[in-house]
Amino acid sequence: MGGLQKKKYESGSVTNYVSRNKQNKAFHLFEITDVYTVSICELIHASHRRLCILKGIYPHEPKHKKKVNKGSTAPRTFYLLKDIRFLLHEPIVGKFREYKIFVRKLRKAYGKAEWSGVQRMKENKPAYKLDHIIKERYPTFIDAVRDVDDALSMSFLFSTFARTGKCHVQTIQLCRRLSVEWMNYIIASRSLRKVFLSIKGIYYQAEVLGQTITWIIPYQFAHDHPTDVDYRVMATFTELYTTLLGFVNFRLYQTLNLVYPPKLDGQGEFSLKSECEEDYALESESYSEKLSALSASLARTVPLVEDEEAELDLFPAEGEDLEKMEAREKIELEQNEQKKLFEGLKLFLNREVPRESLAFVIRCFGGQVSWDKSLCIGSTYDETDETITHHIVDRPTIDKQYINRYYIQPQWVYDCVNGKILLPVEEYFLGVTLPPHLSPFVEESEGDYVPPEKLKLQALQRGEKPQAEDDEEEEEEEEEDDDDEDDQSEDEDEANLAEMEEKRAQGKSLSVKVTPGKVKPENRMRAEQEEKAEEKRLAIMMMKKKEKYLYDKIMFGKKRHVREANKLAAKRKAHDDSNKADKKKKKKKKC
Amino acid sequence: EVQAASSEVSDHLSSKLLSKTHTRSAVNLPSHSLLIFITFSVRSQDIRNTVGNIPMEWYKDYPHIGYDLEGKKIFKPIRNKDELDEFLDKMENPDYWRTVQDKMTGADIRLSDEQVDLVHRLQQGKFGDVNFNEYEPAIDFFSNEVMIHPVTNRPQDKRSFIPSLIEKEKVGKLVHAIKMGWIKPHRPKETTPQYYDLWAKEDPNSILGRHKMHIPAPKMKLPGHEESYNPPPEYLMSEEERLAWEQQDPEYRKLSFLPQKFACLRAVPAYSRFIHERFERCLDLYLCPRQRKMRVNVNPEDLIPKLPKPKDLQPFPTTQSLVYRGHSSLVRSISISPSGQWLVSGSDDCTVRFWEVSTARCLKTVEVGGAVKGVAWNPNPSICLVAVSYDDTVVLLNPGLGDRLVCTATDQLISSYEEPEEVKDQPVQWAVAEGEGHEQGHRLILKHPKAVRQVTWHGKGDYLACVMPDNGNSLQVVIHQVSKRRTQNPFRKNKGLVQCVSFHPIRPYFFVATQRYVRVYNLIKQELTKKLMANCKWISSMAIHPGGDNVICGSYDCRLAWFDLDLSTKPYKVLRHHKKALRSVAYHRHYPLFASGSDDGNVIVCHGMVYNDLLQNPLIVPVKVLKGHTITHDLGVLDVTFHPTQPWVFSSGADGTVCLFT
Repeated sequence: MGGLQKKKYESGSVTNYVSRNKQNKAFHLFEITDVYTVSICELIHASHRRLCILKGIYPHEPKHKKKVNKGSTAPRTFYLLKDIRFLLHEPIVGKFREYKIFVRKLRKAYGKAEWSGVQRMKENKPAYKLDHIIKERYPTFIDAVRDVDDALSMSFLFSTFARTGKCHVQTIQLCRRLSVEWMNYIIASRSLRKVFLSIKGIYYQAEVLGQTITWIIPYQFAHDHPTDVDYRVMATFTELYTTLLGFVNFRLYQTLNLVYPPKLDGQGEFSLKSECEEDYALESESYSEKLSALSASLARTVPLVEDEEAELDLFPAEGEDLEKMEAREKIELEQNEQKKLFEGLKLFLNREVPRESLAFVIRCFGGQVSWDKSLCIGSTYDETDETITHHIVDRPTIDKQYINRYYIQPQWVYDCVNGKILLPVEEYFLGVTLPPHLSPFVEESEGDYVPPEKLKLQALQRGEKPQAEDDEEEEEEEEEDDDDEDDQSEDEDEANLAEMEEKRAQGKSLSVKVTPGKVKPENRMRAEQEEKAEEKRLAIMMMKKKEKYLYDKIMFGKKRHVREANKLAAKRKAHDDSNKADKKKKKKKKC
Repeated sequence: EVQAASSEVSDHLSSKLLSKTHTRSAVNLPSHSLLIFITFSVRSQDIRNTVGNIPMEWYKDYPHIGYDLEGKKIFKPIRNKDELDEFLDKMENPDYWRTVQDKMTGADIRLSDEQVDLVHRLQQGKFGDVNFNEYEPAIDFFSNEVMIHPVTNRPQDKRSFIPSLIEKEKVGKLVHAIKMGWIKPHRPKETTPQYYDLWAKEDPNSILGRHKMHIPAPKMKLPGHEESYNPPPEYLMSEEERLAWEQQDPEYRKLSFLPQKFACLRAVPAYSRFIHERFERCLDLYLCPRQRKMRVNVNPEDLIPKLPKPKDLQPFPTTQSLVYRGHSSLVRSISISPSGQWLVSGSDDCTVRFWEVSTARCLKTVEVGGAVKGVAWNPNPSICLVAVSYDDTVVLLNPGLGDRLVCTATDQLISSYEEPEEVKDQPVQWAVAEGEGHEQGHRLILKHPKAVRQVTWHGKGDYLACVMPDNGNSLQVVIHQVSKRRTQNPFRKNKGLVQCVSFHPIRPYFFVATQRYVRVYNLIKQELTKKLMANCKWISSMAIHPGGDNVICGSYDCRLAWFDLDLSTKPYKVLRHHKKALRSVAYHRHYPLFASGSDDGNVIVCHGMVYNDLLQNPLIVPVKVLKGHTITHDLGVLDVTFHPTQPWVFSSGADGTVCLFT
């Protein structure tokens, strides 16, 4: 005993956190000491926000919120105190301040119309780099690759912006450059895995150095810039992301022995140059456009040897390991197959299809692709080429058709990629109602609803031939029935039991006279099931309160899941039924 | 200028002079000075302002303004014109429009023509003086023409032709700084390329400790089938779903977009919220608090406790085999004869019925004077007596069932009573039934001061305890001794409302359940031995294990508490099996079974094994849920009791039936 009484909230986890308001205040004090601007508040928030974004500092949710919040339960966001301290030591803070001073001086010079001074100041504009921040946030390369998702989406978005002043033109150009570099890398490494045409844009998923990276590209339209979006925040993020993406690209190009910044392969370059030199005033511009056409391969630092796939050494393995090994090998084989999906195919893009996306996807899987010369730079062969195998068209009919090629809709390409096989082209011909486009990202677990198209695709992948439609439909129905039974079985059981008991009770009460009874055939299976169900029910009664709560919650979730799946199945069935009825009606009319 | 003007006024200058002042002051004439000019013209009537430039309100209430040289008041001109006079004046006086009142003296003044003219001119913004020319030719004093003589005759400073020392010093400093490399005229150009191999020297040791606290942002959710431009038809929203979606708050929507179907890729428009979504992602990245949450993947089957199978715990009642029908109202209480052959039930229809257990036949119906609250068969097999309580009366009945010898012996026992010599004053009146009552089987009638709710026998069959619940704390429990027809009030005062009482099956203990506690009294030592805390709101019923060391309590808040008296005064286990209030609980005399009946119409039979080994806790396993009663007036099962020898359970319900489950 003895000693001073400890005060509450002065030690323990409360000392690790700082609330946002306080943190702003701390920053405020720090700023005030150096800068004497009065209207600093706004500025602080802005620069502080910028720092947080760049340094990757985010609020933490404390484990014991009440303790950290000094006994209050009011909602409050907390930063780690160490993070904030860490912010104050950042050298870039000084650079920011320098820049602020520069802006002020420049404004003054403009005001005084000292043009020579303005010129001099502009020449000596302070610049800062984010290299060290990138290195600090991503100490290893793999960390950076893992986090490149958002960077890609953002940079692809910014590269589609018009030069209307929402952000600097240089940023847009840089974003475009980086995204083209990235796409070229994906083509060169053939690491694209999945593509999905959504109503928001086109999702791509690639596997780079073992990391799955997903990004989204909006459809090629002018943006309707919303007013309730703070572009400054986005710009700050883009600043960071472009730096990150540049470094990642550099390193990725290095791993493939490609030249960075990317150069076109010698021959292709020459031929392209000779074709349309006169059209472009700026050579650099035309070069970057050629790069972005994605039709030519890139120059390498080391000439490419047609290397066979490095074979894995076989290690003796037993039991589960062996199985795993086999599974892994199988997957690898599949992937190699997929990489060569379009090899040997020669595709031609009509002018109304999204050229960049299709060219990118086709090239990623080894296909050859070209388009009309007037559409874009970089076309490699003409529409009249007789060796073209597939012509991708997105209009109901086309006037002039060549006999020895398929005219198909663009969805075929994407569906093939997701299915990992060349799908039959019949369903994708011109003017044909397309089969649904499924998301390749959905992996159905047991009990989930699987759309019939997916089942069909899986059958195709297994190598089964598509059956006649009627059979399929029957199958579907059966499956659905099964599903329903499973779900309802429990309820039915209970209902039956209750009914039986009721009947028993009533039977006793009603009939005083004895009538010859019928021998009920005993359903042993059923009886057993009932017994088990009752056992379970009784055991559930004996659960502890806490566990019961958890159990109820889990079961509720499961039931909801089943309900949703059932709902989808029912909807599908109704749709199919109505379709069938329509067909019958039409047939009758024809008759 | 105004002051000058007023001073001149006081000096009585001539009108000529006046016009001069006009010209001087008219250049920018403040409007209030106008009145001052006007005062001159009225000089002829010797009214002067002798008070000076003071606020005239000070003289508002006086008939005069100031004093003359002799010290006499200068009176204001008398103003007693009313509205009518004013109007007539306006109509008749041709000079009315040019008459103004002088505030300084209070007199009316008629403006002269010149003055009117002046006012007009000023109103038009012109100069007051007619002769003033505002556009006179300007004289150029400082022209571009060089004069032969300088304006000033000062010689030039020396510094104007000697090079500046200070400037030289400054330039010198700059030159020195440049020479020394302190100042660079241009910022050195960056030599490192924009991008290079940043991770060339990857050092795993350089990872900061901070990275261990780092929580990477979760990746964005991948899109499902419903986001496709051409989704399967089941993922499209129906009309109702779409309406519901639109009415929902955007925060609570399951999908942030409406699934749509397009016939071809060409028809897909731009997504209007694309930039928004990217922006929201940015905000999430730097504003959202992050927390690492460990999600344990629990198999719900593992949560279910592993209990012995009910099959292995047989025998226990499983099926409803007999229903005893006959009562027309709720059957509040049932009791079974010690032989297990007869069953007695008391109902709200003011009858007590005796049943043969094996055939469900009603052997005898005895009508009593009120709704029967409790019945209890004497547990002593050599006595055939049933205690029935209704209103404030307890009747001991001899049903005359079973062994005739036993019945007659019982009658004899009752009639052989001899009154003691000294009659004690008792709270309960004992009376012997006679006449019709006697024929029906009534033997003794005990009149209590209050309504009796429960009757219970001691194991030997001589003592009978009655509960008369009352909020007043005296006389809630009485114990009768039948052989001596004596009544005791064991407690001078009771704490709380007594719910039920029970005798210990072996030892001389007495259990009293109040609203929240069960008190155990030692009858010999006459002291409180234990107080069990039931952890429930309101105890409804109680049963003692035949071994005597375990007690179960049913409560109106759906709980059943099992107490192990050796273990603690808190419940060993609380079972929440029923959905509604428990009405009754019972132990089996031989088998390790106990049952509870509840308002939800169920009887739940549990296996409750008590081991002789003190170290082993009782094993409680629910084995059967028995359903047989229909719920009437929100009441289900009102009483349960076990058969004394067989693993059968009887239950009486609010639907007027008694059921036997075997």
